[in-house]
Amino acid sequence: MEFRTFVFYFLSAILVFAALRVVTLRNPVHAALHLVLAFFSASGIWILLQAEFLAIALILVYVGAVMVLFLFVVMLLDINLDRLREGFWSYLPLGAIVALLIVAEMGLVLGGMYWGILEGDVPQVEAGFSNVQAVGRLLFTEYVYPFELASVVLLVGIVAATALTLRDKRKSKSLSPSEQVFVKAKDRVRVLQMPAEKND
Amino acid sequence: MTLAEMQFVLPELRIASAEIFVLAMTCLILIVDLFVKDKRRTLVYVLTQLTLVGAAATTMAVSTGDISYTFSNMFVSDSMGDTLKLMVYLSVFAVLLYSRTYVLDRPQMAKGEFYVLSLFATLGMMVMVSANHFLTVYIGIELLSLSLYAMVGMNRDSIPSTEASMKYFVLGALASGLLLYGMSMVYGATGTLEISTLSAGLLEGQGNGIILAFGLVFLVSGIAFKLGVVPFHMWIPDVYHGAPTAVTLFIASAPKLAAFAVVIRVLVNGLIVASHDWQIMLLVLSVLSMAVGNFAAVAQTNIKRMLAYSAISHMGFMLLGMATGVIGRDAQFVVNAYSSSMFYVVTYVLSSLGAFGTILLLSRAGFEAEEISDFSGLNKRNSWYAAIMMMMMFSMAGIPFFVGFFAKFSVLQAVVVAGHLWLALAAVFFSLVGAYYYLRVVKVMYFDPPADNTPIKAPGEVKLLMSANGLAVALIGISPNALMILCATSLNDSISFFR
Repeated sequence: MEFRTFVFYFLSAILVFAALRVVTLRNPVHAALHLVLAFFSASGIWILLQAEFLAIALILVYVGAVMVLFLFVVMLLDINLDRLREGFWSYLPLGAIVALLIVAEMGLVLGGMYWGILEGDVPQVEAGFSNVQAVGRLLFTEYVYPFELASVVLLVGIVAATALTLRDKRKSKSLSPSEQVFVKAKDRVRVLQMPAEKND
Repeated sequence: MTLAEMQFVLPELRIASAEIFVLAMTCLILIVDLFVKDKRRTLVYVLTQLTLVGAAATTMAVSTGDISYTFSNMFVSDSMGDTLKLMVYLSVFAVLLYSRTYVLDRPQMAKGEFYVLSLFATLGMMVMVSANHFLTVYIGIELLSLSLYAMVGMNRDSIPSTEASMKYFVLGALASGLLLYGMSMVYGATGTLEISTLSAGLLEGQGNGIILAFGLVFLVSGIAFKLGVVPFHMWIPDVYHGAPTAVTLFIASAPKLAAFAVVIRVLVNGLIVASHDWQIMLLVLSVLSMAVGNFAAVAQTNIKRMLAYSAISHMGFMLLGMATGVIGRDAQFVVNAYSSSMFYVVTYVLSSLGAFGTILLLSRAGFEAEEISDFSGLNKRNSWYAAIMMMMMFSMAGIPFFVGFFAKFSVLQAVVVAGHLWLALAAVFFSLVGAYYYLRVVKVMYFDPPADNTPIKAPGEVKLLMSANGLAVALIGISPNALMILCATSLNDSISFFR
């Protein structure tokens, strides 16, 4: 087996394993860690195909976004942070394995020139070829129709989220200066006339 | 070819002008809705209906009857697409008109988002109908589904509604995943996602057969979910039941047309070479749907659930036609079978509009007509509405001479011609089971004493459209030829198999 093929199967196996664990693990922290691993492996496969831009975008957007998502999970599920910290040592082996695998993948891909895995049947590009430029050109020419529609899908997402969550127009505690200026004393202060109490 | 040599042809926007018009109007309505006061909210409704009318006019104006492509062959315009789009506009128009009072009575839905999301869903259906690329098929489906998920959950304070929305969302995401996986497999097998290139390549014998068959399973599963046929039907009863009735009416009508178009585009236009494989899959789905749909509907007491199971069985019946098209290489059988399916789905949408429209009529502020018993004595309360509902039920049951009978008849004809006599017998048997629960509604309407005597109030235009809907079901039943010929010619002009 060629080394290139080996790298591909290595990355794919980790990807599938990590994806399976994301679904099967009960602990949200473990699941999120595996999700990071899955994204990392996928971006490694993309780099094998010389699509660096997509790979970097995957890391930036997904791994970044997933970390945010992870924080939300911690916040929303009301996980006790002290208890999480207690479990630090029990998480460490898993975290270390994930980290080691990521480092190994990075080494395999970044050391690609040395191992000679970037040669093969992937079309070779001339020097100075920009992945970003190529993707951008395709998006705005050949794929402009689905690209525009994708923006409509995002717009639907905004409208749907608003329709489902916005309860009332004025629920926030913002102040209206124009109304405040016109407030009169009798709007706020009520002067009561009470009969004096007799002290016996 | 390097990138510098790549020539980009500016897309011809005229062909897609209906889509562009709907999108522009939707964005406009979204902005108008921000500034309009609650009292003038009718403006949003009127603008929405005008958009649909305008879209119909645009589609008619640019329709040529020829197959033309634009947007780098991602968009196709042909007469099947134009016909189905016009049907989609018509049914969305009817849905919005029928549900006007229902929506006004429910303050949570009376906001402009209901109309904006309806238009976005319409746009999604238009994209699905005229897709010539797996990517556009997928994005169209997502656009439609995302709008529907939100509309189902719009009645936020009702637990069934929220639950239905959540179920629909989770299962819909799963189905989209299946569909995408199938598409990526087909891409892996053939190296293209463009439907017309795909079929041309496959006809020349390119492509990896095993991977293609593997992808096909996922594609068919994804589409089956969107159609709602067994065993991918689990969401249908809960969503039909839980959604506000206006949204149920929406889901039960126009999306069926769009799903039919996707079946034609993806399976027939794209993967006709693999027809031997997908015909068997569709046959299994179809028989299972007719069995489960009809038997489960018998046990329902909630009319929305009953009609949901009936929708499952109808989609199964429609798939029978799709599953028996290709016999040898004779184009005549294909056009007969597929046009009978198209006729079936169009007439089903007509009857479904009328049936859910009547349920909407019986609902009022603070009261949802959901049980079959809510229809008891409808004849004494309003004999015309009872008559319309009876026609819808007769049509769905396939009683001659209503339109549903001819739809069933033409599909069965295609099945018998294909040589599946046992299948035709099974379909007739399941339809007989189905007749029981349709006739039960008629019995409740005509022979049971009315449970409540609240007068049924409806605006004039609703009465008019409802009557037209009822008469259409009866009149097309008497002379179905015009619609059948329309379906046959538009399919004949559009399926690339014949060229």
